[in-house]
Amino acid sequence: MVKVKNDNNLQKKKVKSRWKHDDTELTLLALPTTIWYILFSFLPMFGIVIAFKNFKIFPGHNFIYNLFHSDWYGWKNFQFLIKSNDLVILLRNTLGYNIVFIILGIVIPVTLAIMISLLHSKGKSKVYQTMMFFPHFMSWVVVSYFVFAFLSMDKGIINGVLRSMGEETVQWYMQPKYWPFILTFMQVWKTAGYSMVVYLASITGIDQTLYEAAVIDGATKWQQVKYITLPSLKMIVVMMFILNVGRIFYSDFGLFYQTTRGATGLLYNVSSTVDTYVYNALQKSTPVGMTAAATFFQSVACCITILIANWIVKKIDRESAII
Amino acid sequence: MKKVSNEETVSKLNRIRKSTDVLFNIIFAILALCCIIPVVFVFMISITSEASLAKYGYQLIPREFSLASYRFLWGEKDVIFGALGVSVFVTLVGTAIGVILTTTMGYVLSRPGYKLNGFLTWLVFIPMIFNGGMIASYVINTNLLGLKDSVWALILPLAVSSFNVIISKTFFRTTIPDSIVESAKIDGASQLSIFSRIVLPISKPVIATIGLFLCFGYWNDWFQSSLYISNSKLYSLQALLNNIQKNIEFLANNPAAGLTLQQYRNSMPAEGARMAIAIVIVVPIACAYPFFQKYFISGLTVGAIKG
Repeated sequence: MVKVKNDNNLQKKKVKSRWKHDDTELTLLALPTTIWYILFSFLPMFGIVIAFKNFKIFPGHNFIYNLFHSDWYGWKNFQFLIKSNDLVILLRNTLGYNIVFIILGIVIPVTLAIMISLLHSKGKSKVYQTMMFFPHFMSWVVVSYFVFAFLSMDKGIINGVLRSMGEETVQWYMQPKYWPFILTFMQVWKTAGYSMVVYLASITGIDQTLYEAAVIDGATKWQQVKYITLPSLKMIVVMMFILNVGRIFYSDFGLFYQTTRGATGLLYNVSSTVDTYVYNALQKSTPVGMTAAATFFQSVACCITILIANWIVKKIDRESAII
Repeated sequence: MKKVSNEETVSKLNRIRKSTDVLFNIIFAILALCCIIPVVFVFMISITSEASLAKYGYQLIPREFSLASYRFLWGEKDVIFGALGVSVFVTLVGTAIGVILTTTMGYVLSRPGYKLNGFLTWLVFIPMIFNGGMIASYVINTNLLGLKDSVWALILPLAVSSFNVIISKTFFRTTIPDSIVESAKIDGASQLSIFSRIVLPISKPVIATIGLFLCFGYWNDWFQSSLYISNSKLYSLQALLNNIQKNIEFLANNPAAGLTLQQYRNSMPAEGARMAIAIVIVVPIACAYPFFQKYFISGLTVGAIKG
């Protein structure tokens, strides 16, 4: 008996270790995408050594030559970044906005999804969904024009209303104090409908007999939501949460750059994130090393947060973790 | 028969009260309008005369209608159609390349018993948690791959995303029966022909989903342009809109008869023309997306299944 089992194992091993024609074909099929990943994902990963170099571009030479002929800089780029005082503002904005966005991005869409699932008329519900999904399909460039139409100093509709009420007009693009709210509002405006539809898809997937049983047991609508709907949504909420926490050091570049029209000037303090800082630095030909230090920090911090978030979720509930 | 009516009464009983339903309907009607009104508003601005804009500012109902902005865009049709051409080219070619790269990888990963499965899974997975960041990508793309001022800079970097690969892998694993692939193999078909002749034709839903994700992504992209493109001939519509935010004169090159370039530029409907381009970008999306909405939703729910 034992021997037979051993034999079987041996055979299995043999089969497993042999490279078949099939494998060659599959490898060829995957080759283009593999090359894509190496060029566009993995080479940049090695490119982060730029953060430790005084990277110079020698005209007429390619990247490898430049990289080898640039001096090692150690942690100097990081010291510049820390000394420049920007880092505190960048981190405060990036993390602060993201925390608010993550919380609102779960609370509002889940609430709306539950509400819309309770509507009597399915037809109306479809219409609302289609309309609320719409902002998701617009780029931030287009949205920035919408915002401008409302907030423009001399022509904007909000100032028009203020004027007609005899109030003072506001120079929106010069008043930092309003922008945390404007940015948050725009983020919710653009993403809430889309997330709502995602959560709604999970709600419609819940087994209806659970609700029927609950009704027979005399559960109120509120109790049904609390004890059936919300627990059923837990899995997808946790997944969205991990994905978003994993991107906590990144910001939606378009939101911060486009709606504020450049994230500079008077609005710099409230609207610059790591991404807008890096982008503006790229446009201004700041030394590449220093901005690379910012992105290096971003990549590493992000990788660590996603692993920690996943680890915590795994501790609480093995099933919900993604790794 | 009786049972059905019983169930109906249960679900009837379980509905929210009429008054709550009305309240919810009002809330959603307001929210839905909030999502649409900015577009309507911008459209109204684009058909308001420049004089009225100067005098009364932007208004939801224009005091004086005028198609001058659209006439102006028509006059500058080489720029507009050039940008439209770039947008359409990037969207079509990008979507095609992206779908091919994504589905081949997804299919290979979905094959049980494939030797390099573990390696390729990591290849796809690692970029989801770690990446080189904007600077490293920029330096590699411009300095090593020579993509600066090339239309491929708009296409290639966006072609594959690990999220899409995992969606397609999950789809293939759950919907393509192993027996079909095995029997085709016995008949002597190569993996390439199995993939293109058998797997793809029965995988239309996932192709539609990924294609649409890519399609809208390419159509809406302005970021790649702003990083890599400085040649104005290669501007897409989005890049054009992004650039005329600062410099609308860039658009005005073909003065009408009897005007100098400067006079022409001074007389152009600057405000309306900006908004009109935004409308030109939004209209195709607005017309197309209600029909494709269900594919997005199915894609999202497929993606929500762990890969």
